[in-house]
Amino acid sequence: MESNGRSLVEKSLIARGISRRDFFKYCALVAGTLALPTSYGLRVAEALEKKSERLPVIWLELQDCAGCSESFTRAAKPSAADVVLDLISLNYHETLMATAGTQAEKLREDTIKVGGYLVIVEGAIPSSEGDIYCTIGGKTAEQILHDTVKNAVAVVSVGSCSSFGGLPKTYPNPTGAKRVMDLVKDKPILNLPGCPVNAVNITATLVHFLTFGKLPAIDDKLHRPLFAYGSLIHNNCPRRGHFNRGKFVREWGDEGHKKGWCLYKMGCKGPVTFSNCPLVKWNDSVSWPIGSGHGCIGCTEPDFWDHPLYLPVKIQEVSPPAFYPAVGVETEKPIDATSVAVTGAIAGAILGAVGAAAVTKNRHSKDGNGQSSGES
Amino acid sequence: MAQRVVVDPITRIEGHFRIEAEMDDNNVIRRAYSSGTMVRGIEIIMRDRDPRDAWAIAQRTCGVCTTVHSFASIRAVEDALDIRIPRNANLIRNIMIAQQFIHDHVMHFYHLHALDWVDVVAALKADPKETSRVARSLSSWPKTSPAYFASIQNKVKEIVASGQLTIFADGYWGHPAYKLPPEIDLLAVVHYLEALDAQRDFVKIHTVFGGKNPHPNFLVGGVPFPIDLTSDKALNADTLAIIQDAIEKMHTFVYQVYLPDLLAIAPYYKEYTKLGEGLGNFLSWGEFPVDDIRNVDSYLVPRGAILNRDLSTIHAVDPRDMGQVQEFVKHSWYDYTVGDDVGLHPWEGETDLHYTGPKPPYEHLDIKEKYSWLKSPRWEGHPMEVGPLARMLILYASGNTQAKALVERTLKTLDAPVEALFSTLGRTAARGLESAIYVNAMRGWYNDLIENIKTGDYTIVNTEKWEPTTWPTHAKGVGTTEAPRGSLGHWAVIDNGKITNYQQVVPTTWNASPEDQKGQGGAYERSLERTKIAIPDQPLEILRTIHSFDPCMACAVHMVDANHKTLGTTTVMPSIVVQLFSKANRPTKPILTIGDFQRK
Repeated sequence: MESNGRSLVEKSLIARGISRRDFFKYCALVAGTLALPTSYGLRVAEALEKKSERLPVIWLELQDCAGCSESFTRAAKPSAADVVLDLISLNYHETLMATAGTQAEKLREDTIKVGGYLVIVEGAIPSSEGDIYCTIGGKTAEQILHDTVKNAVAVVSVGSCSSFGGLPKTYPNPTGAKRVMDLVKDKPILNLPGCPVNAVNITATLVHFLTFGKLPAIDDKLHRPLFAYGSLIHNNCPRRGHFNRGKFVREWGDEGHKKGWCLYKMGCKGPVTFSNCPLVKWNDSVSWPIGSGHGCIGCTEPDFWDHPLYLPVKIQEVSPPAFYPAVGVETEKPIDATSVAVTGAIAGAILGAVGAAAVTKNRHSKDGNGQSSGES
Repeated sequence: MAQRVVVDPITRIEGHFRIEAEMDDNNVIRRAYSSGTMVRGIEIIMRDRDPRDAWAIAQRTCGVCTTVHSFASIRAVEDALDIRIPRNANLIRNIMIAQQFIHDHVMHFYHLHALDWVDVVAALKADPKETSRVARSLSSWPKTSPAYFASIQNKVKEIVASGQLTIFADGYWGHPAYKLPPEIDLLAVVHYLEALDAQRDFVKIHTVFGGKNPHPNFLVGGVPFPIDLTSDKALNADTLAIIQDAIEKMHTFVYQVYLPDLLAIAPYYKEYTKLGEGLGNFLSWGEFPVDDIRNVDSYLVPRGAILNRDLSTIHAVDPRDMGQVQEFVKHSWYDYTVGDDVGLHPWEGETDLHYTGPKPPYEHLDIKEKYSWLKSPRWEGHPMEVGPLARMLILYASGNTQAKALVERTLKTLDAPVEALFSTLGRTAARGLESAIYVNAMRGWYNDLIENIKTGDYTIVNTEKWEPTTWPTHAKGVGTTEAPRGSLGHWAVIDNGKITNYQQVVPTTWNASPEDQKGQGGAYERSLERTKIAIPDQPLEILRTIHSFDPCMACAVHMVDANHKTLGTTTVMPSIVVQLFSKANRPTKPILTIGDFQRK
């Protein structure tokens, strides 16, 4: 593996015309995504260069749309090819793997036997009526999940479906969909929600795991890594200044919309959504949802689907807007502020609770496993 | 004795899919049964929600064909509420839909389908010099040096030697059905990796207009990204440059990599021009309106149906006609109150999930009874194939000159008659050929967009009917689109401002449907018949034909739900303008000048 004194990673980079300097630059970038000091880039580089055996990974797609797998292929630094060929050995991934049927299932089983692998889960797990809403190779999703995590070192849920139940679990949860945390109790679990998950957060988590030998630090309740889900979008939003000054988009296509004013009144969920979206952006940092003129839909929060897209969220403003000096001509009052300060712990629950109320108001049918504010 | 071969999971597709095939003594498939094995219940979740939100939920039907369900959804709502979208919005939507086609088709060809034809391990035996010579003979794509091919070959060698073959592990390498010379195997492996990099740039069109990909954002009545050449938060010269760059990258990749590879590989598999036809019936809802979706005659890809391979007649189709489009559940895990022998139009559809299959873990499905989560949609009672082949045939039969030229060039390369199109290889080729038509069309729409912006028209959305108070108490609509995998329709019923019924009839449901009440199987089932399986536990031949349809199971499995069922200002730099309009293949006269930016 490490013939000629060079690691697989380095040789591969050379093969693709990537210089050693670029490699270090990329390691520094990854360190940046992970919210680590730039000096950690060197440590990342050392760790990646020393790997002689790649980490075996089983990627399960259960009640999913493959959007998170697709998102993974958009990874740029490192790219999906870098990850799959150099950093890990992706032993099972239904959408990408060459083989099929019994051979595919055998690869999964062989990996489990050897142990020491990472499991990535995409999609929710249906659990009602004998689990017949998702079967692979004639086995139920729940059975496959239990079998697969058996000898795993850790489980990473990618996307909101495996992290929190996502769309399948949305009211009235027709198939009794559950999240990984409901079913796996004896393994370290890290959740990377998002619909889909942003590829940079998958690659950063993998690189962190390979560099430091453990998963990045998470919050206790929702198991989201702090490096990616530690701040409200609202607090890092480039449009925050307009919010503070009460400059809001009132109608799609109006002057405020063209000038990039705050989308709060158009239903933006940025004030209650934890994500590094405004910092890392999407697809080589070309843009991000608010940057493209549509409000955030809150996709990294539990039960976000149960909140109407264009209904403004109730928010508790941290800083009294009166503290800000007036800038320019102000015609509107800022949003009402309450005395309650927002903390990381409660804000994550706001969206779920408000959403649950909004949706269940007009419904009188059975609960149907709605569990809308299960994270509150 | 009939022998049953089961392939589950079928990999390199979206979703969870199973094939059971009965073979005769000579290992030739006599009957095949196709089963979707996952369901989420998206239409039930849709009920009672704001129709303006429907696109977002519908979009999550599928993350591979992201966007297509959003387009069908917003069109269904705009149809129901009689909303007409601005010209800019239609052009931007056309560009976004076409981008989805190119992205999806390129990824399908290289990442989902190629390994059915390309032996990765055999590529190690290739002479990189010869690969270089072949590559240079095929196209003007620059990355063709012998050293480049050798470096990737060494990389693959090391992966194989490491024993950790990652996604290439346990492929059917060395199978006698692989026919390519090792040099072309190597070329394809290299392009597999290049395509994985290239596709990242294609999707930037969705990122600019919708904020991210997969699953960009949309807006009923138009598009959400404003246009304002004086704003740094809107479509301006800077962001237009990203769009144009992505279009040109797609154009180059399709013409210099995708099509040449397709035509280089196809001649080695000519037997697949005689296999895998399926039905001989083809349907297209049509796509790419010039201005308004209601103006069906303006579509670039016509709406219509072809029956029994008869290219002389294109039958008129109407998604609103209750007698034309119906779904059946004879072999699907659903109950109809009207019984299993009657079909229902989506607007009147009713469904009740009712699993009657074997208790997991199971070995075989009971194919005499119900055996799939997919329903069986039929057009005037006929099972229909939808997708690239259907579109290319309808374009060809309707006399589209570009389509005719592309088809004729391909048939000449293969030295094959028109009948060769009705096959596994015909389907795979059609996907590449239509990509060429759409990358060219995208340049046109981009120019039209620029022209329209030049007139001072920055309108992106029609908000006259944004507020629910402007809606009728009862409305119903249908939204159609052509997704990469075929004809997609959403039918929506809206009462008192909320969705009361929502239904999706999806390409893979047409193609992968189980048998109907008359015993007519869908395109997948019929297409596998007569295929000989060389090694029954390495069913490469099944994968080739099934992959030629590009299955998408998350899309295909859905439920029709009846009410009663449970269930700042920027300074535009002149250099950007120059960059915008100085590329090759641009019109000779500048469309937009600095003066245009200063107009307002």
